[in-house]
Amino acid sequence: MAKILMKGNEAVAEAAIRSGCRLYFAYPITPQSELIEYMARMMPKVNGTFLQAESEVSAINMVYGAAGCGKRVMTSSSSPGISLKMEGISYIAGAQLPAVIVNVQRGGPGLGDIQPAQGDYFQATKGGGHGDYRLIVMAPASVQEFADMASEAFDLADKYRNPVMILADGMLGQMMEPVEFKPAKTDEEIADMWRQHDSWCICPNEDGDKKHHHEINSLEIDPQVLEKHVNNIYKKYAEIEKNELHFEEYNLSDDNEILCVAWGTASRVVKSAINELTKTGKSVGLIRPINVWPYPYEAIAKAIGPKVKKVYVFELNTGQMLDDVKIAVKGKVPVDFWGKVGGIVFTPAEIKEKLEACF
Amino acid sequence: MEKIAYRPESLTKTPFTYCPGCLHGIAHRLIAEAIEEQGLTNKMTGVAPVGCSVFAYKFFNFDMAQAAHGRAPAVATGMKRSRPDMHVFTYQGDGDLAAIGTAEIVHAANRGERISVFFVNNAIYGMTGGQMAPTTLPEMKTTTSPYGRKTDDIGFPIRVSELLATLVAPYYIERVSLLSPTDIIKAKKVVSKAIQYNKEGRGFTFVELISTCPTNWGLDPIKSRDWAKDNMLPFFKPGCFRDKGEGVE
Repeated sequence: MAKILMKGNEAVAEAAIRSGCRLYFAYPITPQSELIEYMARMMPKVNGTFLQAESEVSAINMVYGAAGCGKRVMTSSSSPGISLKMEGISYIAGAQLPAVIVNVQRGGPGLGDIQPAQGDYFQATKGGGHGDYRLIVMAPASVQEFADMASEAFDLADKYRNPVMILADGMLGQMMEPVEFKPAKTDEEIADMWRQHDSWCICPNEDGDKKHHHEINSLEIDPQVLEKHVNNIYKKYAEIEKNELHFEEYNLSDDNEILCVAWGTASRVVKSAINELTKTGKSVGLIRPINVWPYPYEAIAKAIGPKVKKVYVFELNTGQMLDDVKIAVKGKVPVDFWGKVGGIVFTPAEIKEKLEACF
Repeated sequence: MEKIAYRPESLTKTPFTYCPGCLHGIAHRLIAEAIEEQGLTNKMTGVAPVGCSVFAYKFFNFDMAQAAHGRAPAVATGMKRSRPDMHVFTYQGDGDLAAIGTAEIVHAANRGERISVFFVNNAIYGMTGGQMAPTTLPEMKTTTSPYGRKTDDIGFPIRVSELLATLVAPYYIERVSLLSPTDIIKAKKVVSKAIQYNKEGRGFTFVELISTCPTNWGLDPIKSRDWAKDNMLPFFKPGCFRDKGEGVE
């Protein structure tokens, strides 16, 4: 299939539909409005459900209901709206339901602004909602990757029966890049995907089996039972940490004097700066976590080459992934950080200047 | 020998966990009987709320979901939209539906979601120990209105059935009482009608059931019913507010 020039917000919506997403519930918010509008246009064409909810809270609970019925379902929002979804996300994780949530991040805290930011890293990777749970969190750095992640996110959500978040930002949502889509799943393939959940999801009791009684539930009032339930979920998370590490190595070599760590939009700017520095004979490598949970701690530790003087973290926040990098580096070399907030994206020249000062 | 009393197949064998004299058991039974009578047991699903009936998912003998506080109508929307071949109801109390879940119930009703909502109103938060609800009557004492509900401070009880009846989309809205055997027979007919309309996919159906809370009211079951007859029914008057099937608009 030929490449199409498309906004990230529309590309992820198209890719979700192609992946068999047939239900979408959301509430309008900038800078993700193209996503909800694309779904409003396209879902009826595939006999899917598009529903504009009365709030983010309702939208995520509609997702809970549809996911409990074993269907591929998605919601999307931007930072303030994602905060409202956190209650429902905790319930979805507790009830072990598959669902995909897209966060097109904007500046915060509070109402913040509508420009790109990465200030929701803590919320996405460290909790956000209440209780012990994890989201699988994928962080795209291009429109193509944003689109590809939709189908991966649904596969992971189905495989682990856990909510998956695609943590993009206003830049990725708004900008246009060429994107190539995978073939759309056929109705038969989609029906098969739904049937794989029949053993646990809400479904008609077609055979009149007297023992048929599926519960979609996160309540375990007996502490011993809840303890077992949470421990079982964490066994699943241990598997995810083993199987789903995903990162990109860029310009890594034994000559690296600086190792950068950056994710999403920030990583693109860092790559440009590294390319410029390479021309002047300065060797800088980059690790880009693609999944930010589970986090590639070992990959970062291994990437610290013999000549690396410093690990430099660049983010569009005040230093959130920084904590994870420090855990990975374990004090072996100094870890420095520079970031921009307020919805301002740093330039390659700014990053280059920061890096040059290290040589 | 004819069997005239039995446990409906739509109820599991799990014993109810409600307090002595609580009317939730009767409400459950009416709904279960109606579902069974209309042959829907294997195509039915419901949503349990947060509140005393939080364990309702254990009591109904078909697939059930448990929802976050007040969110049952949104969860039911997701379920009905993804499984239009199934019939969906929510079971909610007055704290759940009329306070924290106000937005969800109003908008589910306004969309005309093809679900049934059974709203049990006993003018108090039961499970958390007797706090003031949006339906608590003026001057009624609760643990969070220890000097009585003061209407100049916290307003008047919300009449949810009347509120929803201002919307165009709902198909059926009726308030009934569970306070006497006669009322319960009438309530059964209303519950059955809601389930029948649900079966036929007519639209949004809503049944408010006036109930009691002997434990948190500090009254025995009989006195609770008398108190509710004297105090709740004059404010929450039973009646049909909408029945498009019978031409009541």
